[in-house]
Amino acid sequence: MTQTLLLELSVAVLFLPLVSFLILIFFGKKLPRQGDFVGLAFLGVSLALSVAILYAKISFFHEELLNYTFTWIDLGNVALFGSMKFDLGVMIDNLTAVMLVVVTLISFLVHLFSTKYMAGDIRYSRYYAYLGIFSFSMLGIVIANNFLSMYIFWELVGLSSYLLIGHWYEKKSASDASKKAFVTNRVGDFGFFIGIMILWANYHTLTYEGVYGAIAGGLMPFQSSWWMTAAGILIFCGAVGKSAQFPLHVWLPDAMEGPTPVSALIHAATMVAAGVYLIARTFPMLTADALMVIAYVGAITAFISATIAIAQNDIKKVLAYSTVSQLGYMVMGLGVGAFSAGTMHLVTHAAFKAGLFLGSGSVIHAMHNALHHMHDHHTDAQDIRNMGGLRKKMPFTFWTFVIFTIAISGVPLTSGFLSKDAILAGTIAYGQLTGHMLIPIIGFLVAGLTAFYMFRIVILAFMGEHKDEKRFEHVHESPLAMTLPLMLLAVLSFFAFYSLNPFTAAGGWFFHAIERPETVVPAVMAATSTEVFEEAEHHAHMTAMILSLIVAGLGILIAFTTYYWKKINADAIAAKLAPLHLFLLNKWYFDELYEAVAVNGTKGLARVLAWFDSKVIDGIVNAAGSITKIGAIVSGKFDSIVVDGFVNLTATVAGGFGLVLRKVQTGRVQSYIVFAILGIVVLFFVYRAV
Amino acid sequence: MMELKFLNVGILTWITFLPVLGMIAVLCLPKNSKSATRWTSLGVTALQMVLAVVIFQHFNRGVGGINTFEGMQFKELVPWIDVQSVGILGRVKIDYFLGIDGISVAMVLLTALISFVAVIASWNIEKSVKGFFALLLLLDTGMMGVFVSLDFFLFYIFWEVMLLPMYFLIGVWGGPRREYAAIKFFIYTLFGSVLMLLAMLALYFSVTVIDPSTGMKMHTFNMLAMMNPANFDPGSLLAGLGTSMRYYAYVALFIGFAIKVPIFPFHTWLPDAHVEAPTAISVILAGVLLKMGTYGLMRIAFPIFPDAAIYFAYPLAFVGFINIIYGALCAMAQKDFKKLIAYSSVSHMGIVILGMAAFNSQGMVGAIFQMFNHGTITAMLFLIVGVIYDRAHTRGLDDFGGLMNKMPKYSAVMVIAFFAALGLPGLSGFISEAFAFLGAFQTYRYLTIASAFGIVLTAGYMLWTLQRVFLGTLPEKWEGLTDINARELSVLVPLAVIVIFLGIYPMPVIDLMNTSANALVDFVRSGAGMTLVGR
Repeated sequence: MTQTLLLELSVAVLFLPLVSFLILIFFGKKLPRQGDFVGLAFLGVSLALSVAILYAKISFFHEELLNYTFTWIDLGNVALFGSMKFDLGVMIDNLTAVMLVVVTLISFLVHLFSTKYMAGDIRYSRYYAYLGIFSFSMLGIVIANNFLSMYIFWELVGLSSYLLIGHWYEKKSASDASKKAFVTNRVGDFGFFIGIMILWANYHTLTYEGVYGAIAGGLMPFQSSWWMTAAGILIFCGAVGKSAQFPLHVWLPDAMEGPTPVSALIHAATMVAAGVYLIARTFPMLTADALMVIAYVGAITAFISATIAIAQNDIKKVLAYSTVSQLGYMVMGLGVGAFSAGTMHLVTHAAFKAGLFLGSGSVIHAMHNALHHMHDHHTDAQDIRNMGGLRKKMPFTFWTFVIFTIAISGVPLTSGFLSKDAILAGTIAYGQLTGHMLIPIIGFLVAGLTAFYMFRIVILAFMGEHKDEKRFEHVHESPLAMTLPLMLLAVLSFFAFYSLNPFTAAGGWFFHAIERPETVVPAVMAATSTEVFEEAEHHAHMTAMILSLIVAGLGILIAFTTYYWKKINADAIAAKLAPLHLFLLNKWYFDELYEAVAVNGTKGLARVLAWFDSKVIDGIVNAAGSITKIGAIVSGKFDSIVVDGFVNLTATVAGGFGLVLRKVQTGRVQSYIVFAILGIVVLFFVYRAV
Repeated sequence: MMELKFLNVGILTWITFLPVLGMIAVLCLPKNSKSATRWTSLGVTALQMVLAVVIFQHFNRGVGGINTFEGMQFKELVPWIDVQSVGILGRVKIDYFLGIDGISVAMVLLTALISFVAVIASWNIEKSVKGFFALLLLLDTGMMGVFVSLDFFLFYIFWEVMLLPMYFLIGVWGGPRREYAAIKFFIYTLFGSVLMLLAMLALYFSVTVIDPSTGMKMHTFNMLAMMNPANFDPGSLLAGLGTSMRYYAYVALFIGFAIKVPIFPFHTWLPDAHVEAPTAISVILAGVLLKMGTYGLMRIAFPIFPDAAIYFAYPLAFVGFINIIYGALCAMAQKDFKKLIAYSSVSHMGIVILGMAAFNSQGMVGAIFQMFNHGTITAMLFLIVGVIYDRAHTRGLDDFGGLMNKMPKYSAVMVIAFFAALGLPGLSGFISEAFAFLGAFQTYRYLTIASAFGIVLTAGYMLWTLQRVFLGTLPEKWEGLTDINARELSVLVPLAVIVIFLGIYPMPVIDLMNTSANALVDFVRSGAGMTLVGR
């Protein structure tokens, strides 16, 4: 297998889902089964190719960076700029190869799961078409070798997310959620775009290679280290939007209005991880200050959303906040410099969180069917308080769900343990090296909270006793097309896929393949060097492992004491801490705050300006028109009365003179001679006087 | 240099005056021959499109144009009016001088395309069909003439010729407040024309060239001659660089063009004109007429007054910023679909202004390309409003909902147009907007950052509109709505194809304008006698 072939295959991986989209959008409805098999087949081939690419890349070209660039827009030699061209292209390094598999695998499984979950949907073929364009855009992000393609696919991912969240657009809540997702992401992309403008204006290229090469050559944007940090943070704004980081995290929980498999694919496993991927890609150009901002944003996000997750009762909402929290974890991991750990958590989380969402989908599906049988349209199929005891009826769903839960809680022998532990070790090292001890403290706190709220769902939904005899009777395990993806993902939550040593990821292939890239910013602005950091990380590992086991165990224990053994009365505590509980239940009131300030502020300003436009500006225009008109009337009057009056007056005067002078014209010569002599006498005296 | 002739008449004359021939043909048709009138108009505009394609193919992309006679393509230069002595004016000589370069060629293509689209969009006009199409064709000639004239006087004539049919098209075939809107449009534009006329006369009396036939000195309306500082008489009104008279003249020209763009605060005629105009006229108004303003700045104001252009560059960029943000916010508050699109035009034209105010190649290319893309995208948007207005006879955004299910094909086209308008990558609007911003950022850092916030606002009001009209559930009263028909699709689909194609592969159009944009920037920057200070 040559490098060229590998690149060609990766391009095929990219475009196959697009072909699927095109076929389905135009012919989907006419095909048998509305064409779902088209999507499955194309994604299946994409997946197979991705696995082959990953295998070949890791085995044969472990260190190489496969790169292919072509010129998209060429303006030639341009004044004040030099050669101006926009290059697009693809590249495969180990991270890309891994991400290709992650994206195509989850996407394929979701395609499979949806054949049953979405069966009978009003826009079944449209749904599969959108899955296709989503996969295409997401693969585009992963495979890009430059900021421009990254941005292009970034926005296309936003579009597909918009379309899929709003799949059931008849519901106001769904169309609101899709709009909110797109606009909130746009706010982040606004920052991302400014970052791109800074890079373009200074480096005249947007390829990673070109930009990093120029920075490594000592070229700061606008000759200032401040702008270097700013560029990093602004690009990171894109990640804040897409990966639902504080303060733009509000769209993701609402995005659960979309079909549950979509939540699994887009809003848990892949798209929301794009932000983390973006940080990983821009890692070499991030200064220590930028990384610190990133670490804090991640930590704050992880903490806020974990606290919110505790108080939610909708199974998807809990998972949504859990996703935000885990994304914060990854971002924090990258921010502190634990590069391999952060990206590994992206991968492991993709598997178990997709599993959790598909598992919740399986539960919701079963609940829905049961409620449907009973003609009950009032009970909420997603509320965990209406579930209970489901393990007996849905064993596959239950057991896989438990595996995913222990993985996300960081219990040993799972993939989640490896990645979470590595991130925590990184935060301790960061805290020791920089003094920012708050980061590791939040890290461990969140680990405990995560274990608690995840086991809370497991216990409430699957264990204990069912709530309604009749309803319970109608609950059935989901069909194989739905449980098979669950089982596969459960297998992938096992440690051995990532590292043969169950206690540390450090020796595994993943850490070996995906290493922290060398920074290109000057040493004075850069974060702690890789060697020093890894040394500290290594020392912190044991502490991190023990501490994380303790907090996770504590979280699980409290969950069982509260919800299984019922030794602690959760409702009583909630009642006692009513303001806090309300605060968490209402998600720290972020939505209300944004609605009041950003949304209503903008709308209010818009109304004021529209009023200003129609009353003041147009008022001036109309006033100018009216004044001219009044002027016209006045001058019309002036014309008819004064000017014409004057003319008439002149005529009258002249006529009057005529009347008078006519008297003089007597026709008698004698009188004329008298007048003439009188005249001469008068003239004589006049000229004498002069 | 390429010359294309038919019957010994150049292609630019053909493409400009074909519609007039069509108008005469239409007027000669017997009364009540509605169908023949429509088909004649369609044939004429189709032929015009063919000519535009021929021009597109034969246009030499490597020549800059702007200020050189040699750089102009498909030139036609014939003495037109030559009066030996007209009182104090002395000898008056006006040439019939046509020619195009990279700045005009895209507009020629756009005009041909939009005129063709407008004819199809007017198919269901039933009120005095002959008059409507005759005026439409005359309007077509006026617009095309503006984009191909290189003699200022000729340019001015075409500029005014366009005004008259537009006045009647809005005033006779428009909505309930058509007379108000038509008069407002007419007087507003005329007000600008007066200022333009003053500047033109000042230029005329300041510029002297040697008449090659007699060897005598004479004044001229030739734009290219006006661009050469050596042609200004020493001591004349506009001689020298950076004098206050030149700044006044530039501002006079600017206001004349700004009204057309329209630039804040001269924009309030636009929403009224759009709301009252029939669909096809809105399409022409947004698709072509607005571009005449920005085109005039590039063709006339910048190269003739490079000093003033650079001196006022930052204020120009600033009004671009205001247009972007103010237009977007005003759009957000509208309840009338058409008014919303009208304000979105104000916002999108602001991007053109910002891009050209950067006075670098990228900004200039972005601006011209944005003019083209805004022409196609906004044409789509107005057609889309027209489709629903024809059926429901209302444009209230809150009157609708759930059209997506009722009118699936219509909604599919709408999604493309809306997302193109909000600058989604993969569609043409993205590239031109990105170019304009990237270019502007190199000259005005903070102002561009502030302007780029427009992309968030645009997403906001576009998606809000989409939600209100197309998503949700269908009100019962619209149960009877029918999906878009073949005629309506026949204009929307080709436009959508152009929007998608240029979004993926913009080179064919960017290539047309690139050399000239470069030449313009070079010419203005080097001729200004001062440097543009970036901020």
